Amino acid sequence: MALTNNARDATMMGRRTDGTVIRRPLSPHLQVYDMLQITSGLSISHRITGSIWAGGLLFMVWWLVAAAAGPGPFATAQWFFSSFLGMLMLFGLSAAAWYHTLAGIRHLMWDAGYGYDLPTTHRTGRAVLIGTGVLTVLTWLIVIIAWG
Amino acid sequence: MSDKKLHIAQMRSPLGRVRGMGSAKQGSHHWWIQRVTSIALLPLMLWFTLSVATMGGISYVETIAWIGHPLNAALLLLTVGIAFHHTASGLQVLIEDYVADEWKRTAAVLLIKGACLLLAVLSAVAVLKIAI
Repeated sequence: MALTNNARDATMMGRRTDGTVIRRPLSPHLQVYDMLQITSGLSISHRITGSIWAGGLLFMVWWLVAAAAGPGPFATAQWFFSSFLGMLMLFGLSAAAWYHTLAGIRHLMWDAGYGYDLPTTHRTGRAVLIGTGVLTVLTWLIVIIAWG
Repeated sequence: MSDKKLHIAQMRSPLGRVRGMGSAKQGSHHWWIQRVTSIALLPLMLWFTLSVATMGGISYVETIAWIGHPLNAALLLLTVGIAFHHTASGLQVLIEDYVADEWKRTAAVLLIKGACLLLAVLSAVAVLKIAI
């Protein structure tokens, strides 16, 4: 019988001194890890907002294809985007997009070798959160002013 | 004689070391392109967001005219292409991290890449149909 399914599993297999096979214990994981601390919380949020934006790109595709397809399909797209659900989804998307953008700039800063110490990490983390709120509100102020 | 053999500490060829491709044969290309596309998307997405944010209530004809303008059409093509490239490589990393089974992982990565390519080409055809 195969002891392991893949290479990752293989690193988890061990033997007791009497030779019996055991699965090695995992290091502390999600159930004991404090996900509310700003470092890990912002890290997983970057992945989540990236995934949301990936889904949000479908809106852009729909908008472009509807415009190319003619006035009828375009009116349908416009109707959805200006509906309550559509506006709610666009608002959520804009917040996710601003977060992913600002957190992405924070990642580029790390890639360039800056800001690794804990006080700076906390400061830039708070800046990302505050910046997301400010820029999301600003974006929708522009929408409201341009529309009105 | 056996002492001499113990001194062979480096099994990699000098050429292999210079190329720096590692065992995955791809080196840092994926990582680097993800950064390059992210930097390119900063101005492009800012332009696109500001443009559509000020489009509330404009008519179909005005929208077509905006998309069809050569500069807007060119920037839209770049935005769509680079955005889906960045999305595909980002989602690939998520799948590689969270899907343990090799068959499922490979299938999911290929599916994501295919879907992103299809959506990018679809958007590009839409832009070109309006612009040309």
